[in-house]
Amino acid sequence: MRVLQLALRRLAASLPTLLLILVGLFLLLQLAPGDTVDALMAQMGGGDQALAEELRRFYGLDVGIAAQLGRYLMRLVTLDLGFSSIYGKPVATVILERLPATLLLMVSALSFAFFFGLVLGVVAARRVNKWPDTLISTLGLVFYATPSFWFGLMAIVLFSVYLQWLPAGGFGDITQNLTGIAAVLDIARYLVLPTLTLGLIFLAIYLRIMRASMLEVLSLDFVRTARAKGLSETRVVARHVLRNAMLPMVTLIGLQAGTMLGGSVVVESVFALPGLGRLAYESVVQRDLNTLLGIAFISAVLVICINFLVDILYARLDPRISAGS
Amino acid sequence: MSEPTRREMLLLGATAMLPVPVAAQETPRRGGALTVHFATEQRILNPSLQASTGVYIVGGKIQEALLDLDAQGNPVGVLAESWESAPDGLTHTFRLRRGVSWHDGKPFTSADVQFTAMEMWKKILNYGTTLQQFLTEVQTPDPHTAVFKYEKPMPQGLLLRALPDLGYVSPKHVFETGDIRQNPANTAPIGTGPFKFVQYERGQFIIADRNPNYWRDNMPYLDRVVWRVVSDRAAAAAQLESGQILFSPYSSLSIADLQRLGRDPRFEATTRGNEGNVRTNTLEFNFRNPVLADIRVRKAIAHSLNVPFFIENFLGPFAKPGTGPIPSVSTDYYPTAPMPQYGYDVALANRLLDEAGQRRGAGGVRFSVRLLPAPWGEDIALWATFIQQSLQQVGIRVEIVRNDAAGFLRSVYNDWNFDLASGWHQYRSDPAVSTTVWYRSGSPRGAPWTNQWGWKDDRIDGIIDAAATEVDPVKRKALYADFVRSAQTELPLWMPIEQIFVSVFNRRIRNAGNNPRWASSTWHDTWLAS
Repeated sequence: MRVLQLALRRLAASLPTLLLILVGLFLLLQLAPGDTVDALMAQMGGGDQALAEELRRFYGLDVGIAAQLGRYLMRLVTLDLGFSSIYGKPVATVILERLPATLLLMVSALSFAFFFGLVLGVVAARRVNKWPDTLISTLGLVFYATPSFWFGLMAIVLFSVYLQWLPAGGFGDITQNLTGIAAVLDIARYLVLPTLTLGLIFLAIYLRIMRASMLEVLSLDFVRTARAKGLSETRVVARHVLRNAMLPMVTLIGLQAGTMLGGSVVVESVFALPGLGRLAYESVVQRDLNTLLGIAFISAVLVICINFLVDILYARLDPRISAGS
Repeated sequence: MSEPTRREMLLLGATAMLPVPVAAQETPRRGGALTVHFATEQRILNPSLQASTGVYIVGGKIQEALLDLDAQGNPVGVLAESWESAPDGLTHTFRLRRGVSWHDGKPFTSADVQFTAMEMWKKILNYGTTLQQFLTEVQTPDPHTAVFKYEKPMPQGLLLRALPDLGYVSPKHVFETGDIRQNPANTAPIGTGPFKFVQYERGQFIIADRNPNYWRDNMPYLDRVVWRVVSDRAAAAAQLESGQILFSPYSSLSIADLQRLGRDPRFEATTRGNEGNVRTNTLEFNFRNPVLADIRVRKAIAHSLNVPFFIENFLGPFAKPGTGPIPSVSTDYYPTAPMPQYGYDVALANRLLDEAGQRRGAGGVRFSVRLLPAPWGEDIALWATFIQQSLQQVGIRVEIVRNDAAGFLRSVYNDWNFDLASGWHQYRSDPAVSTTVWYRSGSPRGAPWTNQWGWKDDRIDGIIDAAATEVDPVKRKALYADFVRSAQTELPLWMPIEQIFVSVFNRRIRNAGNNPRWASSTWHDTWLAS
């Protein structure tokens, strides 16, 4: 019941945000010179004026901006995301086709970063200022400072071009029709490099946060009490410190879920993955307003959902939070 | 026999219209899948509705045109077997191939040609609408004859040169009901070609399989063609190297990668097979700026740019200096007499600017202009920077304003919000298709790649109109020589660099580049060595 109440409150608070995002994005894109017909002309390599006018009518661009926005919002109330001008299909269908790749990449990269960030952070904190800490912190800094497109390209050059261990790009082998376990393994093979590329930067952030947070908690009074009780160091870390040090990590996941949705444009382009990031980029270049707004809508909903889950997780990790609210 | 070096091959490809014949004759091998780099996804794949290389690279294997070009660059029949034209140029008759069927099993007839010509080429197809504006009807006396009737003379040379690009036929029975633009067959094309459409996964790949009922005996050789969508240039180069892609068309890789892969024995980077796809780099002037309306200023700008230096240091072996709006690969219309040119001469440029009254002011600056480079090519970005730095030396300050595709077209061709602009002019086999529109006045505002400079010259307009309907090839060539001379004298825009698109082939591909528009052609005789 409490969870439901929380959910409803969250939803009510996020609706105005969602509306602001959509209207803002709509108006922002109006500032960019040119519309989807100009983009189409660029792709066709030319065409005459009558053709352009007919296309503008076809895409519903022959009315004013306010009328276009009004039409869009009216449709949105009925959960109709409209029609994509690049793809010639309903926006909902286009996004649903792209969502699995993005979600898969995001979940695997986040899990990778979270898990290894946690482990490395704990190791670094326990050996603070000794060589494992220095090594881990330096590596973290290197990962953090390296642009992901460069990392991705270098990984392709090493693992695909020279060693030929992993495919250079794509989302599954298209020369054979695989099913069941074989298909899953095949997609997993294609996801290794993108996951590592996207995950490494986040790994660097997580391990630094985890290290700092561990060090802070380790200096608190209750840890001294636990030690004084005669608990082993491992038990102190696992039962007392870790749980408390996790809170900033969980906050970060909630924040970064949004970043990852948008931030994977680069990784998706380098590895030719059919994800939402590339779709969004293409929609901007092609001025496909409906698709872009649709992606913003879906992404916003996803971020809101994830943050809701994070809130619930908080309460599990730290009972004081739910008691206080 | 020694193999020619890469440089020799490139030079050959760049200078000769004729593709280099394959040295050794091997027996073609059946089977295999050709994987192709597909850099920019298109909204539709139907070449009857959209004339662009991005559509031909896919749709051109599935649908066929009435004609194509042979190895020598001459029109050769595909869906048309033969043709004749009345001396007045008002009637053109095509005899169609018999025994051809669509991928869904229905027979191909003259009704399909009539429908496509009247409903698609004349009404929707870009450049087709201009080419066919005087087409009044297509008569079909029998299922294998299509008679094109024009109200103004249509030169046979123009029609035959334009049809390989603007003459793709779509099935009437699929398109005759409903809105043509919304027809699902636009993204799942049905044609008569050697490959049948199978699947299109947006953002990933397109697959087409061998058509077992293809009208050419025992062809095609390939079992499958797969187009892989790879938008990142560096990633595409890596996929070529790892063997995931075998062919990258139309200069879709970075200039550095083109040169690097060209040195790799596994690949060939060449202009061969793209001779029909020539482009020239432009420098467009806005005459609404009174400074640029002065011809001395335009000439001074041209004289300030060291084009051979730029080509040698930035573009490499795939480009050469241009001489005017009609590129040198156009054997039929390239003027034989020398035309006015603007060589590198800074002293002359300074003198011309002084004469024009544009004296140097504070900091040695005469005046400032905004330059809008088009976003479709690394070469344009380099060229813009080169212009900026070169013009600084003669006292012209250049501010570069970058836009994406839609923004560029809108700013330059609709809002006229530029002083200088630079992009590509694409030459499509005949000057009347997409070249003279850059000079002819009267294009409606907003039409991209047309004369939007605020410049009008009645003499040039007259020549362009006369040449477009001149039936006699000799007179037509003379008119176009006249056109080039006037264009180079008045200099409403300048086309100083000529480039042919570069293909990168994996050397396993055989019969690659064996006609001047190979990347767009049907690939019925392409095969893969094991």
